[in-house]
Amino acid sequence: MGEFLNDWGLSIPTFLPIIGAAVMLLIPKDREHLHKLIALATTLAVAVFGLLLLIQFIDNDNYGALNFVVDKGWIDVIDSRYIMGVDGISLPLMLLTMLIVPLCVIYSWNHFPEPHNPKAFLILLLILETGMIGTFAAQDLILFFVFFEVVLLPMYFMIGVWGGENRRYAAIKFFLFTLFGSALMLVSFLALFFLADANTFDMRLLPEAAAGIAKSSQVWVFGGMFLGFGIKVPMFPFHTWLPDAHTEAPTVGSVILAAVLLKLGTYGFVRIAIPILPEAAAEWAPFIGLLAVVGIIYGALGCLAQRDLKRLVAFSSVAHMGFVMLGIATLTDFGINAAVFGMVAHGLITGMLFFLAGSVKERYHTLDMSRLGGLLVQAPRMGWILGFCAMASLGLPGLAGFWGEFPAILASYNPAEVLAEETFRSYMVIAALGTVLAAGYLLWMLQKTAFGNPREEFANDPHVRDATVSEYLAWAPLLILILVLGVYPHLLFGATDPAVVNSLSECLDSVTSGTCFDAAAGK
Amino acid sequence: MLSSLPSIVGFVRPDIDWHAVAPELTLLGVGAVVTLLDIVLLERGRAYTSALAGIGLLVALIPIVTLAADGTTREMFGGAFVVDDFALILKAMFIVVAYIVVLLSTNYIAEGDYWENEYYGLLLASVMGMVLMASARDLVTIFVALELLSIPAYLMAAWRKADPRSNEAGLKYYLMGVFASAIMLYGMSLLFGLAGDTRLSVISDAVSGGDANPVVILGIIFVIVGFAFKVSGFPFHTWAPDTYEGAPTPVTAFLAVASKAAGFVALMQLVHAGFPGRDDVYQPLLWILAVGSMTAGNLIALRQENIVRLMAYSGVSQAGFMLAPLAVAGDIGGEALSAVIIYVLIYAAMNLGAFAVIIAVARRTASGQIRSYAGLFKYAPGMTILMTIFLFSLAGIPPLGGWFAKFAVFRAVVEADTGWGYSLAAIAAVNSVIALFYYAKVARMMWFEDAPEEADTSTLRVPPSLVAALGLTAAATLLFGIYPAAITHFTEGTLIALPY
Repeated sequence: MGEFLNDWGLSIPTFLPIIGAAVMLLIPKDREHLHKLIALATTLAVAVFGLLLLIQFIDNDNYGALNFVVDKGWIDVIDSRYIMGVDGISLPLMLLTMLIVPLCVIYSWNHFPEPHNPKAFLILLLILETGMIGTFAAQDLILFFVFFEVVLLPMYFMIGVWGGENRRYAAIKFFLFTLFGSALMLVSFLALFFLADANTFDMRLLPEAAAGIAKSSQVWVFGGMFLGFGIKVPMFPFHTWLPDAHTEAPTVGSVILAAVLLKLGTYGFVRIAIPILPEAAAEWAPFIGLLAVVGIIYGALGCLAQRDLKRLVAFSSVAHMGFVMLGIATLTDFGINAAVFGMVAHGLITGMLFFLAGSVKERYHTLDMSRLGGLLVQAPRMGWILGFCAMASLGLPGLAGFWGEFPAILASYNPAEVLAEETFRSYMVIAALGTVLAAGYLLWMLQKTAFGNPREEFANDPHVRDATVSEYLAWAPLLILILVLGVYPHLLFGATDPAVVNSLSECLDSVTSGTCFDAAAGK
Repeated sequence: MLSSLPSIVGFVRPDIDWHAVAPELTLLGVGAVVTLLDIVLLERGRAYTSALAGIGLLVALIPIVTLAADGTTREMFGGAFVVDDFALILKAMFIVVAYIVVLLSTNYIAEGDYWENEYYGLLLASVMGMVLMASARDLVTIFVALELLSIPAYLMAAWRKADPRSNEAGLKYYLMGVFASAIMLYGMSLLFGLAGDTRLSVISDAVSGGDANPVVILGIIFVIVGFAFKVSGFPFHTWAPDTYEGAPTPVTAFLAVASKAAGFVALMQLVHAGFPGRDDVYQPLLWILAVGSMTAGNLIALRQENIVRLMAYSGVSQAGFMLAPLAVAGDIGGEALSAVIIYVLIYAAMNLGAFAVIIAVARRTASGQIRSYAGLFKYAPGMTILMTIFLFSLAGIPPLGGWFAKFAVFRAVVEADTGWGYSLAAIAAVNSVIALFYYAKVARMMWFEDAPEEADTSTLRVPPSLVAALGLTAAATLLFGIYPAAITHFTEGTLIALPY
């Protein structure tokens, strides 16, 4: 079993969804139930595979290094290879993906958004899954780029076909923003290839090979990647696509966007930009930190100005991703651990919030918070779940959200030595202020939607019912994980820490030993 | 008496390597048979001509395969006609493209009641010019090949004789083409005057050297500008939209792919074999052409309402991408050629595919308006998915073939490691985003909009020859994207055999 997993453990779950999609393509559209079953079976199989990977990963007991490495020829002429592997940073994110997608299938079982067509919807979902898993597994820049881009098309169609009223605008905006970033990112990858000592796209070799690049070039190359990943995160001021995309996307699309797609950007920073170009990262870090805290405050203020529940959750994403980026910008292993935790926590919590927003919309046919209210009276269980998620989102200790925000703030008290302490300490103060605002907007949201009595127009509406079976099934795993990770964060930190320390070792150890970044600063 | 002829006129027949010219001769033979068939069988022969032309094209592939298997570089006429890897790849591409164009034309020409024999005869003649172009390493040969491929194309563009727009298309194409030929010929005469020979290898020696001889510079600029018309590079693209719109759509596909590729073949040979020492002249010129084409083509394409005009401007922009590696050819040598060939091959697959869909859809809507694609997903989902694949491939979205074409271009310009290269890469990156917008506009129409009330939304029936064309192009587009080694396998190494 171990042998098999080591060879095929990553390729099978990556491409299984595509195979499922191909099978569905051959089945006529009107056999909807069969389509749903195939999609569910495929995504569950992938999830089971993920579980096997997890077990084997624990068994291998080598969290810091890449596991399940596959290295095969792909495009020889450009020295790009099919290299896959996961370590403690990518595995949690990959498992998150494998968990979220089947939950999305279950959630949408009986309520596909207009114009229905489960066949096309589920095929797109499966293609998305391949792209997302592949991005977290790829260890070759070009392979990474291909998977990174594969997610664009399905998401574009998902928003554009099944989205809300303003879907066309939101879909193309999402597409153009992301493509702009990734085109420049590709140029950066190529520059890296030609400038590095060894002409390679292999992410495992590049940190060493890229060390010889002149610092001025490094800063430019990092700039290209910054645009590519920063737009995806999204960082202020590139965030404008996000509220539109989130608001207009169908529920499942929003969930996937929030839970996984945004993580591709932050993951890119942690996996590619910083380990390969640490010197440039040190140059950019104060700037990234600044944008991160601006994002935190801006996102929070944006939330306070919203009337639409879904748009509020979308702006809260901007704020939360600000915390993640702040953790990354400290360039300490502590901060980056916090960032990875923050990614997973945000995926679980905001994914849940979008599920809830979707369910509210389905019941009330509106997300206008001035018309909502009394959810706890009409649908008490859903109301409580919303309360639980709001608490998790505002960073209540004991729930997962806390472990993403608090350590990130703490890390900025003591950033990598090469970074100016005063700058990051002032960032820390601003970020702490952001948590207060977060409590403000989330409680305000809760008050508006869950507390009080239902409005007259909905008081006797038979559509407003409590959570259904498919909703419970879809939500339970997320809720349990939010609680478990909140109570016992070591589950995740235990896996990420060795990987963070290892993959960023050369330069991040310097926080304690004071070698690399100081040398970099001295150059 | 005949044996004493050489001694009288002083003419000795040069050695002819019959194997090397077999592809051209096959095409000539098939063209002759098609014409004879018309004379002998008259009306009765019509039904067979497209099949005959198609088979003839496939037969012409055989000598190319045997030549490739043989592997040696063959030269004739003192190096004016060369069969090397470069020539073979492109000859094969031209023939396959022509075969797909035959598939696209079969129903269009038969149902439109056009002149089939003449049509296929001219098509074969034009292809012969292209196949010859791939081997031409001599100014006169290049010029003859160019005219051989262009003149039938002028006629074919005006094939819908009853439609004034088709006449306009042919006339415009003809006038602009002749104008370009004249400019080019003038440039060639300058170069010939300087070198005293028409072979590129000799010209290369004559024009090299750093002196800023204005005759050299003028000659190089004129020749390149002449081909800029052919590849519809900005600002010499003005004929393309009108010609594309007016010409029969299969002919448009032929012009947009094969004719453009032939222009690039000539440019590659000129740049790489003709003026390798003068990158100080051609690089800035091609840089400007590349940037102008991709930017202007894209910006104008944004405003198009007609799908064929959209494809015309998108073709201008794509030509800019193909020109980009040539703008750094002096810095990276043969790599630039590989990048252009990769781009041309992938572009051929995806662009022909897009035109195949346009032809198939127009059979229903009888309209070229982008609006007429509304709701296509509802009644022709297969066609919609294929068109989506081709459009987003043109936009360069992985894992569709176009991404690798764009990647090859980016790789080439970044490899140059110069300010010119990096700025070109950045401009190309921005342009690939702009391009997405108009490709996505068509996709949006098909997927997101509803068909108008009065539209016929019964299932769309597609004739088998179009299905074959769609299958071939879609398979190639996907294959090149997922497994680019399928194409790089042929473009590795030294492609053009330089005589030194």
